[in-house]
Amino acid sequence: MAKADSLLAGDLSDLRGALDRRDCSAVELVQASLDAMDARADLAAIVFRRDEAALTEAEAADERIASGKPASPLDGLPVVLKDNIVQAGEPATCASRILEGYVSPFDSGVVERLQRAGAIVVGRANLDEFAMGSSTENSIHGPSRNPWDPERACGGSSGGSAAAVAAGLVPLAFGSDTGGSIRQPASFCGVVGFKPTYGRVSRWGLVAYASSLDQIGPFARRVADCALALEAVGGHDDRDSTSLPEVVPPLRSRLDGDVSGLVVGLPKEYFAPEGAQPGVLARVREAIGVLEGEGVRFVEISLPHTAYTIATYYIIATAEASSNLARFDGVRYGRRAEHPKDLLDLYERSRSEGFGAEVKRRILLGTYVLSAGYYDAYYVKAQKVRTLIRRDFEAAFGECDAILTPTTPETAFALGAKAGDPLSMYLSDVYTVSANLAGLPALSVPCGFVDGMPVGLQLLGKPLDEATILRIGDAFERRTDHHRQSPPGPPGSPGTD
Amino acid sequence: MQDHTDLSWEWVIGLEVHTHLKTESKLFSPAPVVYGAEPNHAVHPIDLALPGVLPVLNERVVELAIRLGLAIHGTVNPVSVFARKNYFYPDLPKGYQISQFEDPIVSDGWLEIEPEVRGQAKKKAAAGGGGRRRIGITRAHIEEDAGKSIHDVAIAGREDSCIDLNRAGVPLLEIVSEPDMRTAAEASAYLRALRSILRYIGVSDADMEKGQFRCDANVSVRPRGSRELGTRTEIKNLNSFVHVEEAIEAEARRQIELIEDGGTVVQATMGFDPVRRRTSVQRLKENSDDYRYFPDPDLIPLRIEADRIEAVRASLPELPDEKRSRFGSEYGLSDYDAGVLTANRELAAFFEETAKACGSPKAAANWLTRDLLRELRERDVELEETSLTPAILASLIRLVEDGRLTARSAAELFPDLVSDGGDPEVLMRERGLEAVSDAGAIDGLVDQVVEAHPDVVQQIREGDDKPLNFLMGKVMQASRGKAVPAQVRKTLIARIRS
Repeated sequence: MAKADSLLAGDLSDLRGALDRRDCSAVELVQASLDAMDARADLAAIVFRRDEAALTEAEAADERIASGKPASPLDGLPVVLKDNIVQAGEPATCASRILEGYVSPFDSGVVERLQRAGAIVVGRANLDEFAMGSSTENSIHGPSRNPWDPERACGGSSGGSAAAVAAGLVPLAFGSDTGGSIRQPASFCGVVGFKPTYGRVSRWGLVAYASSLDQIGPFARRVADCALALEAVGGHDDRDSTSLPEVVPPLRSRLDGDVSGLVVGLPKEYFAPEGAQPGVLARVREAIGVLEGEGVRFVEISLPHTAYTIATYYIIATAEASSNLARFDGVRYGRRAEHPKDLLDLYERSRSEGFGAEVKRRILLGTYVLSAGYYDAYYVKAQKVRTLIRRDFEAAFGECDAILTPTTPETAFALGAKAGDPLSMYLSDVYTVSANLAGLPALSVPCGFVDGMPVGLQLLGKPLDEATILRIGDAFERRTDHHRQSPPGPPGSPGTD
Repeated sequence: MQDHTDLSWEWVIGLEVHTHLKTESKLFSPAPVVYGAEPNHAVHPIDLALPGVLPVLNERVVELAIRLGLAIHGTVNPVSVFARKNYFYPDLPKGYQISQFEDPIVSDGWLEIEPEVRGQAKKKAAAGGGGRRRIGITRAHIEEDAGKSIHDVAIAGREDSCIDLNRAGVPLLEIVSEPDMRTAAEASAYLRALRSILRYIGVSDADMEKGQFRCDANVSVRPRGSRELGTRTEIKNLNSFVHVEEAIEAEARRQIELIEDGGTVVQATMGFDPVRRRTSVQRLKENSDDYRYFPDPDLIPLRIEADRIEAVRASLPELPDEKRSRFGSEYGLSDYDAGVLTANRELAAFFEETAKACGSPKAAANWLTRDLLRELRERDVELEETSLTPAILASLIRLVEDGRLTARSAAELFPDLVSDGGDPEVLMRERGLEAVSDAGAIDGLVDQVVEAHPDVVQQIREGDDKPLNFLMGKVMQASRGKAVPAQVRKTLIARIRS
């Protein structure tokens, strides 16, 4: 067990090797993961567990491994899912009161592919309600905590997934990224977070926040593990009309550490001194130095419409959300107000009682921007700006193979620090939302610490070119040891390092 | 039906038709399209709008929409866009309906109508070549149907309202006409023509009783000669041709009376009470509904390549209008007969087979438009439900044409052939209905009749031919209808003149 316990904090290839050499069993790994969840209940990272089912599945994985026929490199490995990615027979609260008690009758595309690969879903991770937020504080399950400092936020909205990987509960977790909801918490928690190209991973079974921006992606401790995860869950799905037809190319085999000759753009708008904490900019500049040493050539580029990205995002995302969340009406499933006096009362009270403040705020915003008389001025205008933002990137990628920026302007903020100030919360996504608006693949890789809190650098790639940013991220890892740092253990336990 | 008020007022009518498309599965889900299934049994998680589901367009629907677009001479747009129409209602699970708004799949079509004219006007219209009119079709777009809310305690079995989502997501085409119709009869003729096309091209069964073909009518009136449109009202959910006509009549009259009494028409949704034949305001439209339409981000724009349209065009059957004019030129049928025969694709095919088999298109047309349609009407059955086949009818016609069976005997056999089929020749023999053309037999009958009516014979001999038919009838009667009439006439004349 001790073996499995320590392995959990390692990367997927270590775990694979241990399983294949029979140093430990899948059952032991899953049990270690479940035990770690117990030990780190203080983080509130995991909101539902599958102890029994996971152990049963682990036994089956052990049989496959014993017979020398593992289903895939993920066979027998424990993973967690953000609680907005549905699995048959499991709850999917999306951290909302309105979905309390709901159990999904079907599997998401991601769950199907993970199960086919032999991966074992051990639990479901906390999030901001319906993935709306940047701190995992807007949750009926309470705020998740940052493993590096429990008084700080773990970021969001996929904060539970990020914290689970950072704290060594699982080696791999899945979240969803609509405006930075994978990359920002990855950066805050010191793990790798990866949002593939829009349409790469099926949205079938992802509870929609903003359909044209949502994308599922992995968290892991190594870039190579994120590459493996996309190989496992990516690719076309007939049930998602926005799913891309292209086959996911082999990704891990391209991670050879050689990045010489690659040209990486540095958008000047993202490096403005007033935009980010000096410490964050310093860590990112150090990372640039490391990559320069590997032969990467950096060029300054411009993304002229950067100033409009947050406004554009909050119009499009809230417009789509206002419609996507209309189905939560108390009629067919989820929370229904008691003793409604008529239909309107049923709707009003079910939704008033069921949704939290941030969700209501976004539904109202979205309803407003779609309303007659405002539609052209807001929604249509935002779509036009979205096109301009996409063109900024097309032009930039004429000059470079990838773009590097800080992932977030600052390190993890204190819990509650922004709770009363939605605008400042929205601005923490300033570097990440453009990738969603343009549909680009984006990766956040740990690049050091400021005052003991992790910093992430973000790599943006051309559409469908996940390979290049994974290669750069992997090469950076090979020359640095930021990803090997572990947060302190649970309160009251002897320090791990 | 329209009276003196028509002299000063013109009615302006536009129709919106919702027709269910003939598909195995729903518009965006794999659930089957079935009628009469147990409530909420023809549903998929997509229809229930469970968290995490996504719509996937049924390509068969696109095919059918293209067919309709071509059949109404419309433009099939290379790019059309699905949009969300947002509103809350318990039978609308997603809280929005997926429809097409700014960019429909079909625009700018038309069809020709021939309003059914009655009494005096009928002869006039027939003499003038009919009152055919072209009615513009603004657009046709794809959308999904909602479920059903059942508020009836007797059906629901309890005080609460119940929801049946079997219909939720069933594919519809909404077909919107221009305000080109001027009478209720034109409106009903438009609906019949549209329904006939939909059935011809296999797009919809358009069965009104099953709710597969529903109509909303927009009605306004204006002083005759005015080019401005009056304020219109919309009469919702008219579910029979009769109701459409009655509702339009009632609503136009209500508006005219209102204006003539010094009032003004306000924009409103009207309901129609078929028992009292009256329309009444259901909902005022002063606060125009805000459906917050926007393109559905779960669906990519629908792109249709030109060669796909051409492939559909090549697969289209001959349309009623084309068939009608061909029946005129190829078989020499009257416009009326051609119109009746082509109103229904099965009947048209039956006619063509019969005509080819018997070599006498006019006789085939007569049998079908008169005798067969009367039988169908009387029995309230469809052509397919009878035992009559083109071969049987052709054989019957040939017996008559060859003089082996009189028209009267043929008419006697016909109802049995419709019911039970069979070989007309065999049946004729079994019943002893073979025509009497044997000269000796006819001579004998003629002799009997001439001897029995010497005064009539005398009258004819004095130059008055009128009573000849009386004697003809007597001879035919004596032959029990089996004597060949031409031969009887010839023999009679020869005998009287001799």
